Amino acid sequence: MIEVRFHGRGGQGAVIASNILAEAAFIEGKEVSAFPFFGVERRGAPVTAYTRIADTKIRNKSGIYAPDFVVVMDPSLLNAVNIVEGLKPGGLVLLNTKLEPEKLRANLGLSPDQRLATIPATDIAIKHRLGSKSAPIVNSSVLGAFARVSGVVGLEPLIKAVKKNVPIKIDENAAAAREAYESVVIL
Amino acid sequence: MTKEELKGVYKTYRDLPLTPITSVNSAANRTGFWKTFKPVMDAEKCIKCGICWKFCPDVAVKMKPGELPSFDLEHCKGCGICAHECPKKAITMVMEGE
Amino acid sequence: MVMTGNYASAYGAKVCRAEVISAYPITPQTSIVEKIATLVSSGEMKAQFVKVESEHSAMAALISASMTGARTYTATSSHGLLLMHELLIWAAGARTPIVMSNVCRANGPPWSVWADHHDAIAQRDTGWMQVFCEGNQEVLDSIIMAYKLGENPNIRLPTMINEDAFILSHTVEPVDVPEMEDVDDFLPPYNPRFKLDVDEPYGFGSLVMPEMYMEFRFKINEAMEAARQGWRDVEKDFEKKFGRNHGGMVEFYQCEDADAVLIMAGSIASTAKDVVDKLRSEGKKVGLARIRIFRPFPVEEIRKLAGMTNILAMCDHSYTFGHWGPMAQEVRGALYDLADKPLLKNYIVGLGGKDMTPEVIEKIYLKTLALKDGLDADIEWIGVKGHGGW
Repeated sequence: MIEVRFHGRGGQGAVIASNILAEAAFIEGKEVSAFPFFGVERRGAPVTAYTRIADTKIRNKSGIYAPDFVVVMDPSLLNAVNIVEGLKPGGLVLLNTKLEPEKLRANLGLSPDQRLATIPATDIAIKHRLGSKSAPIVNSSVLGAFARVSGVVGLEPLIKAVKKNVPIKIDENAAAAREAYESVVIL
Repeated sequence: MTKEELKGVYKTYRDLPLTPITSVNSAANRTGFWKTFKPVMDAEKCIKCGICWKFCPDVAVKMKPGELPSFDLEHCKGCGICAHECPKKAITMVMEGE
Repeated sequence: MVMTGNYASAYGAKVCRAEVISAYPITPQTSIVEKIATLVSSGEMKAQFVKVESEHSAMAALISASMTGARTYTATSSHGLLLMHELLIWAAGARTPIVMSNVCRANGPPWSVWADHHDAIAQRDTGWMQVFCEGNQEVLDSIIMAYKLGENPNIRLPTMINEDAFILSHTVEPVDVPEMEDVDDFLPPYNPRFKLDVDEPYGFGSLVMPEMYMEFRFKINEAMEAARQGWRDVEKDFEKKFGRNHGGMVEFYQCEDADAVLIMAGSIASTAKDVVDKLRSEGKKVGLARIRIFRPFPVEEIRKLAGMTNILAMCDHSYTFGHWGPMAQEVRGALYDLADKPLLKNYIVGLGGKDMTPEVIEKIYLKTLALKDGLDADIEWIGVKGHGGW
């Protein structure tokens, strides 16, 4: 079973991202489950969302405490939340940032076997005119990058799931996902 | 169960409908015998304002606009509200049998 | 498709062609009625959506709508359900086969929005049938079955479909939404003999003297008793039509030769199945029994379970104070007359959404396997910091 944790801020689409990932895996014939950290959510407040992907029916309905992957949609969360908490040995963090992975590793508190990948999702989102400059919608870009670095879902099922779940700018979101898939950097 | 069976006599629980159902209009319930006092109208004092008709809680005051109201004694329970509310004191409550 | 339990509820109401919906929003039910409102406004669902100012009014609206012969649906949770309490008893007494999704949420104070069965349990006495679901598919399927059984002229009782707050309501899972033609085939239109109808007028619910009140209640009792076999039958019919089975009144998972069986209801039972598999692979013979239909209480199935094992432990996902856990009391009552009874332990778990992880459930299984007679059988609260070693 693969367990993924998404970090975002309310309104950025972290919950939708976790659902899109689940739907993409479902399209590929996997069993899935996706849920937000159930709290009183508010625009701007840190939000956590989760996805489980497995080959057999997922019966575990409790929380995810040791994710295989952590996805951080908003770089400012690094100061607010311990994003590496519980990350499994050998796990991978995907971070939305302009900075190169080497510069960030030291500050994140990753152990040597844990990996880091970065994607300038905000720039990609703005380039494809997703959301606004002050509140860009980065989830599709982040998911495209995630598909590449994790190998958990293929790009085409992901694009299908993105198109099905975004309310507007369907083609732009798909293009952003594709671009991120191609340009993600793994350390 | 048919509509007619609803009015039947219930001997066992099986004869009952699922929940109590009243199939007759409540007008069939003649509550007039509940009263001790009945209203009596002094036609000369009545100004046909309709206040007694409005206030009667039992719809026992019958009135056509501009005409003298009458009392439906088969349903009137003798509460005396009409007499109390009449601005001209045209209604008196009189002991039954007088 | 993949969808949340709340959307599964909304689609359940849709495919059943619910005609009148009246509801008041409350976390975490809100997306059920939002989805229904969207389906109604787009015309995809042909229903009247009655906006009201409270849950009490919502139930009042549905009782009257149901009495005109309409198929009715609503949804609520914890404090909203509690507000409806007076009318829940009325709905059952009026024999209106309303179906309601209750998103099981803890009662305050302390204020909580997380999963807990207290709200549903507090309505044990209302005369409603109650189903506890462990997954979103079951939520949708149970709505279909609840209409089919509830509208049966020999039953005519309302049903509460319980789905755990957030764990089911807001969690996306694969759900297959049946085709409406197939549901139409399975579920004929609701057509009660006597209804509120201006062309054939009746009054309902009038005063009944002591000579007759008990007789009306006896009829409800007969219906509730008949509902036991009713649930077994409707599940078989459902499986025949839609190919899915959710386990009957009590789902037995690996109970047959178990040394200890935990009894649970709702989503925590689902997680427990993973733990059963793990422990079984380690040579520990454990099982999981999931109470699906809580009202009418599955006495026969619980007695059958008692014959399979020496140790039963009821994990109550609620607690009502002053006595044992609510489901534990009912299980204990069901076993009283048996000559040969298993040990029955009671755990109180997961209140207010305290997470029932596989690790915690495993600890409970190991504790249970180690139980001997007597005082070990006392009620035990799990996970309370500073108590019992937690």
